[in-house]
Amino acid sequence: MRVLIKNGKLLDPSSKLDQTQDLFIAGNKIVSLNKKPDGFNPDLVINAKDKIVLPGLIDLCARLREPGSEKKGNFDSELFAANSSGITSVSMPPDTKPVIDTPAVVEFIHQRARETNRANIYPLGALTHQLKGEQLAEMYLLKEAGCIGVSNALSTIKNTEVLRRAFEYAKSCDLTVFIYAEDEKISNNGVAHEGAISTRLGLPAIPETAETIAISRALLLIEQTNVRAHFCHLSSARAVDLIRTAKKNGINVTTDASICNLHLTDMDIADYDSNCHLKPPLRSERDRVGLIEGICDETISAVCSDHQPHEVNAKSAPFSITESGASTIEHLLPLMLHLVNRKEIKLNRAISALTSEPAKILGIDKGVIEKNKNADLCIYAPNSNINVDKNHLLSSGKNTPFNGWELQGKVTHTLLNGKVVFSID
Amino acid sequence: MTGNNIQLDKNGNLKHFLSIEGLSQQLLHTILNYAESFATVDKRPVKKVPLLRGKTIANLFFEPSTRTRTTFELAAKRLSADILNLNISTSATSKGEILSDTLRTLEAMHCDMFVVRHANSGAAHYITSQVAPHISVINAGDGRHEHPTQAMLDMFTIKQYKKDFSKLSVAIVGDILHSRVARSEIHALNTLGVNEVRIIGPHTLIPKEIEKLGVHVYHDMNSGLKDVDVVVMLRLQRERMRGALLPSENEYFKRYGLTNQRLKHAKDDAIVMHPGPINRGVEIDSDVADGEHSVILQQVSHGIAIRMAIMAMVMGQINKNENKEKKK
Repeated sequence: MRVLIKNGKLLDPSSKLDQTQDLFIAGNKIVSLNKKPDGFNPDLVINAKDKIVLPGLIDLCARLREPGSEKKGNFDSELFAANSSGITSVSMPPDTKPVIDTPAVVEFIHQRARETNRANIYPLGALTHQLKGEQLAEMYLLKEAGCIGVSNALSTIKNTEVLRRAFEYAKSCDLTVFIYAEDEKISNNGVAHEGAISTRLGLPAIPETAETIAISRALLLIEQTNVRAHFCHLSSARAVDLIRTAKKNGINVTTDASICNLHLTDMDIADYDSNCHLKPPLRSERDRVGLIEGICDETISAVCSDHQPHEVNAKSAPFSITESGASTIEHLLPLMLHLVNRKEIKLNRAISALTSEPAKILGIDKGVIEKNKNADLCIYAPNSNINVDKNHLLSSGKNTPFNGWELQGKVTHTLLNGKVVFSID
Repeated sequence: MTGNNIQLDKNGNLKHFLSIEGLSQQLLHTILNYAESFATVDKRPVKKVPLLRGKTIANLFFEPSTRTRTTFELAAKRLSADILNLNISTSATSKGEILSDTLRTLEAMHCDMFVVRHANSGAAHYITSQVAPHISVINAGDGRHEHPTQAMLDMFTIKQYKKDFSKLSVAIVGDILHSRVARSEIHALNTLGVNEVRIIGPHTLIPKEIEKLGVHVYHDMNSGLKDVDVVVMLRLQRERMRGALLPSENEYFKRYGLTNQRLKHAKDDAIVMHPGPINRGVEIDSDVADGEHSVILQQVSHGIAIRMAIMAMVMGQINKNENKEKKK
């Protein structure tokens, strides 16, 4: 299969590519930029005039709900939704049912990924057995099976000795540890940021220190063990400060923020909107601005969807007893572009946060537009409008906190390994 | 609460009673005025008015309660309504039925009003969003959020003793963090335009940024009580000792228990209230609870009149036009 993407504006901040050029694909590779290779006869021509061509987006954290929670979604529904936002690579945390702590589960995931064939799937293995924070998981076997990193997902490791040993062992396996930083004791089953809103609504509160204490503890152990580490979904301005200082002091860590925390604050909970029940919680406007600043100065290098589709019943209850998480994957790109349109983030930074930076964090050779690289691409129309309507989401989860928002930047084509996996015409 | 006020119908009349926050001063006065007229009903030989005859009210208590449920039941009976008491914590939900199905079932029984108590904040709002349009919902306490009928009966009680809200200083003492009564009272007092609302308690029991609700925070009892007209004591739950919030009941009483000695800091004619049930010797000394400043028992009897007024109003059984005339 030979594909010609004609007249598109190619944008890849990591290789300083920002030009209208033709793009030539043969098989699963990009074979040329601008210059037509000899004898190239396209089977398919995509007219990308007035459109922007990006590297396929890489989502650092999305729950595809397989295995174990198929009533909330599956690979087909969630990856199709992902493709509609230009996503071609997805990393999934290990809190599936069963947990990704045996090679068999990894193999199941790879098999489902092959069957679906909509995205490159990068499972994270468990850091501890069953995510219980007590015994180490078989990290080396998980790595051999294909895990590109390890994580304890949303379960915090209470025993600091176990955390230290887990970091040391991950280091010896040359695995990146993905850390969701929360001190569960301080969160104390809270459901909203501690502040005026949680006080007014009477919601059990999660103080900022639930995040910052967990980050501080992990940072000290990262420094001691020298493990490669990534902090997932920072939520507070103070957390960004801690990471900024640590980086200045030479501790080598990366971080991401979830798209919801870049747009929403605890004010959006309004009258108990359970679609705003998230973990980490939506915090104050000061925190939201702190996260944006962190992205601009690259303290936070990547942005993810933290996609968590739910069935209706999981969100239909009094706020505190609903399940946390939002269905976000199919609006990741337009929501990011919305921040660009509002002049909060520059376009190049917004794009690198969804492409080359997450690729570096995952240690994968993707997220760029270059000759001889895999043809994972996203083409979008920058001026096209999108009206977010929860009743017309492609994801099985209709739990979007952005219902009714008007966004721009509809994806028209998504290519995975040179094959069109999504298109609207 | 926000601009889109689900408590009011399109004409601005009370349709549900979920939170004091979001209601106007005029509406609170209307409730107090109607309660005034209902307060005499129980002094009649026949303690009933026919305002809600033929209506069915379901008391949906997802959390145990005797006092509040009983006063709602009495209020409904005095309005001639039929009342169902459902203690849901021990029936449907323990069999795995989800809340919205429980509501559907009750709707199918042609109920007209749900009186709801639930352990989670926002439960009354959630239930209101789920019920059929003809059903009214009254919040009888949701988590830590609001207990608006309790606040209104307290306002009614204050009004019996203090004529002018605008001159009052009111202190609310104790576990503000977990108290739905406190939140409703803060909104009610501020909406009615009192001079000052103070809250008094240790840092561990005062939620963050509570000042934004329009209160002054005190951590010392004597300075907090200085020259106040009304003292509202909150019940201290024993389980607070377990969560590292307080060391002991004894120490709490030493710092924040209301004694006659402490009450001297308040105005001479100050009244002492308590939503009940009281813990004698924990938050309040028996001498104060039974003393001349205490209006705790009066509060209980006012509870019925207030609930009658609110039930009649949400069911649209009080002539609204007449009410508007009165206001003019």
